[in-house]
Amino acid sequence: MNHFFSFTRLFALLAKEMTQMMRDRITFGMMIGIPLVQLALFGFAINTDPKQLPSALVTTSQDQFTRAIVSALEVTGYYRFDYVGIPESQADELMQEGRVSFVVTIPSDFSKRVLRGDEPQILIEADASDPAASSGAVSTLATVAKQAFERELGKNQNEASSVDIVVHRRYNPEGISQYNIVPGLLGVILQLVMVMMTAMALTREVERGTMENLLAMPATPFEIMLGKILPYLAVGAVQVIIILVAAKLVFHVPFVGSIWLLIAGILIFISSLVLIGYFISTVAGSQMQAMQMSFFFFLPSLMLSGFMFPFKGMPHWAQMIGEIFPLTHFLRIVRGVMLKGADLEAMRTPMLALIGFTILLIIFSLARFRKTLD
Amino acid sequence: MKAIDVRNLVKRFGDKTVVDHVTLSVEEGEISGFLGPNGSGKTTTIRVMCGLLTPDEGEGTVLGYDLHADQLKIKRQVGYMTQKFSFYTDLTIEENLFFVARLYGLSPTRSYVRDTLDKLGLTSRRHQLAGLLSGGWKQRLALAACIMHKPKLLLLDEPTAGVDPKARREFWDEIHDLAADGMTVMVSTHYMDEAERCHRINYIAYGKLLTSGTVEEVVAEAGLHTFILSGKGSQSAARMLANQQGVDQIAPFGNSLHVVGKNKTLLEQAVRKASQEFDIRCEPGQTTLEDVFIQYMTGSTDNMAEPASESK
Ligand SMILES: Nc1ncnc2c1ncn2[C@@H]1O[C@H](COP(=O)(O)OP(=O)(O)O)[C@@H](O)[C@H]1O
Ligand SMILES: [Mg+2]
Repeated sequence: MNHFFSFTRLFALLAKEMTQMMRDRITFGMMIGIPLVQLALFGFAINTDPKQLPSALVTTSQDQFTRAIVSALEVTGYYRFDYVGIPESQADELMQEGRVSFVVTIPSDFSKRVLRGDEPQILIEADASDPAASSGAVSTLATVAKQAFERELGKNQNEASSVDIVVHRRYNPEGISQYNIVPGLLGVILQLVMVMMTAMALTREVERGTMENLLAMPATPFEIMLGKILPYLAVGAVQVIIILVAAKLVFHVPFVGSIWLLIAGILIFISSLVLIGYFISTVAGSQMQAMQMSFFFFLPSLMLSGFMFPFKGMPHWAQMIGEIFPLTHFLRIVRGVMLKGADLEAMRTPMLALIGFTILLIIFSLARFRKTLD
Repeated sequence: MKAIDVRNLVKRFGDKTVVDHVTLSVEEGEISGFLGPNGSGKTTTIRVMCGLLTPDEGEGTVLGYDLHADQLKIKRQVGYMTQKFSFYTDLTIEENLFFVARLYGLSPTRSYVRDTLDKLGLTSRRHQLAGLLSGGWKQRLALAACIMHKPKLLLLDEPTAGVDPKARREFWDEIHDLAADGMTVMVSTHYMDEAERCHRINYIAYGKLLTSGTVEEVVAEAGLHTFILSGKGSQSAARMLANQQGVDQIAPFGNSLHVVGKNKTLLEQAVRKASQEFDIRCEPGQTTLEDVFIQYMTGSTDNMAEPASESK
């Protein structure tokens, strides 16, 4: 019998862990349930594509062009002009208070410029702080207004003068779209479940006193570690499948890149997560502590990884901190591969970063593992 | 060869010395009792001996393997039954046994498990969750799981705490059977009657091994003298004797009173005085193991106590 590694012993540990996992209905339900619930929550907010958003029109004139544009915008169903002909300062306030999502400004010299043949401008400001709410409306906006304007113009005059529609996304310059969020959710959900479950699984052994027994039997640290990690990798795989299928079938997120590259990225990412969970469990004294520590890790990484806020929009120091979370790099991979069709060459830096994290964590975890109870 | 032969074991947690230069030896095939009050370091000593804790000082061998170098080899040949039930309560009896059998690489696994279930009389209940078993059954399951791999040395940490007398009796019968087959057993306990079922006993208090030997040796070595007082005046006599020089312990046993002291002359004087003053009968008695342990315990408390309270 091998002293350092034996498949029989690993199998014993795996079989035991799997049986426990299946038997613990609540935990098992959570593993499958969390992705579904999160997807539903985030996904619906994105997918409802809200209509009838309150809007304000800043204008001094009530000429034909203005009316044409307003009615064209209202026809799309996205806009509802609650405030018409108000001054700019009031519109600003309304948006700041969140009472309108859009402010359409038609300058006072608009019709004059049209008639003069100058390129007239319309400014449309969108409250993009809630991108899920405004993205659908914004994406249709420019074309709709332009078409309406040109139709109106063409009716009266034959010369083709074009209008310049300026769209300002306020409060959220990057304008994260729904496509950004669902792939991002893949990383966030995996992180939430993997880290916490793994951290708690090992701490549970310590808390219930079974660790003492386990250590008194001839299982080596490496076997115990693998016995804990592999089952949770499997759970992670199931979650990935759920999310990817939902992304495709429910949310119609385009997938332009290589699935194999994505799978490779996911595998490395999950490994690093499970190892973080494992590492936490070697430090935590109780399941409660393990949970708190998982959240302590989870929240900043959620904030600073670029999931919640655009990474480039964060201050420099926050970006620096963000770089130390595997989630940050994973988000780059998953968005790059799924949405932009990035290849391995393009994804080399985040991939290497994830691999680096994983190797470091393996070293950490093995060093932290207690062969004894000291 | 000795099954356990350790010298000057020291284990500290922080600045607390929990095991303080303990020297122990256990002969092969012997049942060795390990006694001492709560928190005296029994569990810690046992954990050091089965390779779960690394001693800070001291050396020795367990089953001929070095305590420092061969922890894994020791683990494979020792059966350790923890003080707290430490099998998986959310697994069934059978699943627990399968787990243990596989970890030890027992082959064919199935027949090992089946035999163990049969022996325990648990075959019909093998699909029950271990957490739902009563105290006595849990203890039997734990013992069965510990001896499935036929260890040469069995370390039992307070195995009969919270188990009813009949189950205790059966448990001890089994321990003696195992010892008769050549297994060495070291068992920690609180119960005096269990101590008397051991071939030899070791008494530890506050981390220090105070005495060891057969029960008779330990009692004799303590050098205590005992008088048994009975009669109507016992209660008043007890109160009077409590502050007499030479009287170390007074303990009521039913209608009689055990008066124990180390200094024979002083004790005799005190007892004679009591029998003159009160209506009691008075005769020399046998010192029990319990008297000896109480004596050791009070003695070592004083050693450990703060200087301020020492004056009492
Ligand atoms: N891991 C540990 N860390 C700190 N103190 C400990 C640890 N384990 C035991 N102790 C302390 O060591 C002392 C002896 O404990 P233990 O060996 O369990 O005694 P016993 O088994 O005789 O009741 C106790 O005071 C206990 O609090
Ligand atoms: Mg104990």
